[in-house]
Amino acid sequence: MKRSTLRIWQALILVLIFVAWQALTQPGLLPPVVWDNPDRAAFFFGEPVKMFRVIWTWFADGTIYKHLWVTLEETVLAFVIGSLLGLAFGLWLGLSSTASTLLDPYITAMNAMPRVVLAPIFMVWFGLGIWSKVALGVTLVFFIVFFNVYQGVKEVSPVVLNNAVMLGASRRQLLRHVYLPSATSWVFSSLHTSVGMAFVGAVVGEYLGSAKGVGYLIQQAEGAFDINSVFAGILVLTAFALVLDYAVTHTERRLLRWRPAQSETEQL
Amino acid sequence: MDRAAVAFEDVTCTFAGRDGARPYTAVKGVTLSIGEGEFVSIVGPTGCGKSTLLNVAAGLLRPSSGGVRIQGERLTGINRRAGYMFQAEALMPWRSALGNVAAGLEFRGADRREARRRGEEWLERVGLSGFGDRYPHQLSGGMRKRVSLAQMLILEPPILLMDEPFSALDIQTRQLMENELLELWSANRKSVIFITHDLEEAISLSDRVVVLSAGPATHPIGEFAIDLPRPRDVAEIRLTPQFIALHDRIWRSMKEEVLKGYAQTRNRTAA
Repeated sequence: MKRSTLRIWQALILVLIFVAWQALTQPGLLPPVVWDNPDRAAFFFGEPVKMFRVIWTWFADGTIYKHLWVTLEETVLAFVIGSLLGLAFGLWLGLSSTASTLLDPYITAMNAMPRVVLAPIFMVWFGLGIWSKVALGVTLVFFIVFFNVYQGVKEVSPVVLNNAVMLGASRRQLLRHVYLPSATSWVFSSLHTSVGMAFVGAVVGEYLGSAKGVGYLIQQAEGAFDINSVFAGILVLTAFALVLDYAVTHTERRLLRWRPAQSETEQL
Repeated sequence: MDRAAVAFEDVTCTFAGRDGARPYTAVKGVTLSIGEGEFVSIVGPTGCGKSTLLNVAAGLLRPSSGGVRIQGERLTGINRRAGYMFQAEALMPWRSALGNVAAGLEFRGADRREARRRGEEWLERVGLSGFGDRYPHQLSGGMRKRVSLAQMLILEPPILLMDEPFSALDIQTRQLMENELLELWSANRKSVIFITHDLEEAISLSDRVVVLSAGPATHPIGEFAIDLPRPRDVAEIRLTPQFIALHDRIWRSMKEEVLKGYAQTRNRTAA
């Protein structure tokens, strides 16, 4: 299938979903099947037309921007702090077998713990502002990056390592020129997952208690049984996540130029 | 030969058995010396511990007993006077060809710009000028080997350790690389230990061929001086009667060991 035709079909499916949704939920349009009350479907599932109207007002009067900005800020902070911590700990434990054997059960336990339950504790520690959400995101991002870096350090090719040693690299130079680049490539391969996790941390944190952010908008709407606004919020979040993902793909392509891609088998 | 470039003195390497396996003695009682500016090939059946010997000379592996003298001095730690060319891919995949060639100079504290300039020079010398900004995965196998060669030679080590460096290449590329190696080597004669399992390659390159026994407990069982005239062309020299006579002589001494080594690997896979 050609790329343009593919895009048209993809768009068509999206339109179809919304049309079907509208047809099934608009009161009085179709004879009620499940519920006797014709308004019931709209109450539970919202109506796409009204939902888009909500989104339109949010963007038209500009109220959404400050919420989006807060969510973005939390996501980026959680991602950066979590990645740096994960990188540092991953390198440390990857290079020191004593430390890794010593801390192994703790790492496993902390990774197994459902960390979302920490949200209330972070709320107490850091208040209702952005930092409690950042903290939650950090705990989610940290482990993904940590395990990837740890793996990356363990799987540095011994031949590349010995070669660098023979070329005269000191221990610090090995860290800087062999372990770190190898580990960063693993960090980048987990970039999509970790950015996604930072985002989850931010939104869940907002949902559980905050005064700003898209998660807060959804939580407010839910409290008022305003299902259209809830779906509007979800749609905005999804679009936002897609934009983030696109940005990540773009960065990845630029920074990992040295890595052979499947499509790029340019041999001479 | 007053002072050997590399002298193995009764080197034995025993590896501790993993998971309750018996300890394995790869190399036993090897005494061997390589003169200054001499090109020595070490041949032997597969899996006989040739690479072990080279790692000992590089200082990457400490022998269980015995030791190595480098230009008369006892080797402790990494051998700073040696360049090592590995059999497997050893380039840093995140560095461009130029970055890889210049790496050794940068590690040794040379000015970055100066290192890059000399790197360009060496890339040109191995026939890769204009490919400096390519990453290893964008180069062919032969080109990667050239980068490795330049990476090693840029440091101008007096001793070159080469572990089947061309074994992964096709025969044509391989002969081209061998000729290039001889040309670079004859420009300022380094001491070379060249490991291979290919007897023809060994004879056509070397001043001397050392034959190892089959493992375990590998040790040299024969030495042959190669008095073929230089400069040589590795493809043409193979057709001369002297070459064929030498090949015949060395092969007869090796044959038994090769069969022994083959039988052992077969038994190991069967068990």
